[in-house]
Amino acid sequence: MPLSALTGTRLRERRLAAGRRQADLAAEVGISASYLNLIEHDRRKVGGALLVRLADALGFDRTALAQGADAALIEGLQGAAARGGALAVELTGLQDFASRFPGWAGLLVATDARVQTLERAVEALNDRMTHDPHLSQSLHEVLSSLSSVRATASILAETEDLAPDWSARFHQNLHHDSERLAAGAEALVAYLDAGNAMAEQGIAAPQEEVEDWLKAQGWGFDDAVLANGDAALSHAVTGLASTAARSLARTYLVQARSDARAVPMADLGPAVTVLGPDPFALSEQFDCDPLQVMRRLATLPELGSGLVSCDASGTLTFRKPAAGFPLPRFGAACPLWPLYAALGQPSHPFETVVEMAGQGGRLHRILAWGRATRPMGLRGPEMREAAMLILPEDKPRQSVFPIGSSCRICPRPTCAARREPSILSEASAADTGPMGF
Amino acid sequence: MSGQMAKPMTGHVLLIEDEPNIAEAIRFILSRDGLRVSHLADGLGALEAISNDRPDLVILDHMLPGLSGLEILGAIRADPAIRTIPVMMLTARGRDREAAERAGADRFISKPFSNADILAEVRAMMDR
Repeated sequence: MPLSALTGTRLRERRLAAGRRQADLAAEVGISASYLNLIEHDRRKVGGALLVRLADALGFDRTALAQGADAALIEGLQGAAARGGALAVELTGLQDFASRFPGWAGLLVATDARVQTLERAVEALNDRMTHDPHLSQSLHEVLSSLSSVRATASILAETEDLAPDWSARFHQNLHHDSERLAAGAEALVAYLDAGNAMAEQGIAAPQEEVEDWLKAQGWGFDDAVLANGDAALSHAVTGLASTAARSLARTYLVQARSDARAVPMADLGPAVTVLGPDPFALSEQFDCDPLQVMRRLATLPELGSGLVSCDASGTLTFRKPAAGFPLPRFGAACPLWPLYAALGQPSHPFETVVEMAGQGGRLHRILAWGRATRPMGLRGPEMREAAMLILPEDKPRQSVFPIGSSCRICPRPTCAARREPSILSEASAADTGPMGF
Repeated sequence: MSGQMAKPMTGHVLLIEDEPNIAEAIRFILSRDGLRVSHLADGLGALEAISNDRPDLVILDHMLPGLSGLEILGAIRADPAIRTIPVMMLTARGRDREAAERAGADRFISKPFSNADILAEVRAMMDR
């Protein structure tokens, strides 16, 4: 049973709730009051027989002491603190806070996520207002009609001796432009309404919209669906709000259809039973690219796997999360991910057991592969892509490769690949005082 | 009306505006105050017309089919024979105005404009 760093804190809470004095409890379990004091302030670890005696003396199940705050909650709080910028946040007390007030901590994390969603929506709408040619055209249409109405009405109202022919002409123009103005305004309102709907859904980035859509589909489609024609695939993406997301989803489906042809699901299951979820061995069996096998394996729910893909710039182009393996939603990922090793060394299989920081020693087996192509011919630019399959690893390992999610919230104190300080190390530095070196 | 109270103007204005009703209104109010106004509905023949006719003032819409207002303005300012011709631009947005200013426009009128404003601006430019 893993013991939380906060076991002592909870022990103290239980003792106080039971109305027991520290010295009395210490005497009952056979330790000094000062040692119990250190335990209660989480300055000494407690476990084994002593923990059993303490639990028995206070009359509760010792497992209640060992329940730490949910790792995802802690990570969410760390992320919120990182985005807090200059706000002073007591990072060293995060676990304590999350353990004592899990409801408030959850609310804070949820609020932070909501703020991020809204910020992205604002960015997207701002970008849309600035660059969207359809909106620009709509506004131009309204302004032009309005200009014409104003100029014409002014002539009609202010010119006393306007000739009847001119008057009739301008009245006709006014009627025409007022109709045009009404139509333009209606189109503009409809357009902005569509934008509001998109913002309300909290979907700003097309990639995230597609990932949410895939998650709702169970991260995969039946081979029979994929085998249908282009019209059926186009129909499958109609639920997506933005044009960009529908385009990305169609690209995904075309690729998934190609993957399904290369690695039919009816054959993949038996092959995995024999070879295991090994994309390299399976790619040899199916005579296809390991990236195709990885994508197919990632659709098998029984594996509990995650999948991450990137392009030549290292930008994450696909993110299917795995339990205990947090993926950054913003910014760059940990440079130690085998994904980037595969990107730098195409056509070379990488297999590593990694320990993700801050996940209580949880292990994952990573299989990564990179590919280099020249779609525009040998004189054209080289394109690269890489992917890594993330599989849960239950067997204890003597040697594991430590990695993180992203530098900003990575708690590892020393890392050769760190590109920016962690908010956690900043907190440690703050604890040592203003001259903390 | 101010246009009727003021002294009549003389001179030639070339109006380049693709919205026919806006063009008609501007032509009406400027002609009524004594100016000769010719009109082009797109940017393609603009430079040739300016070079041939040498108008006293060009009123140039920002968004035009063919050549854009900014492209025409840039070409005017790059041609030594016509670069000194005053240009007033009709713009819709602040960003358009900044771009027109950088390209060398002398004056700006933002849509939707009032007749009094455009008349006052034209008068100020023709009196220079």
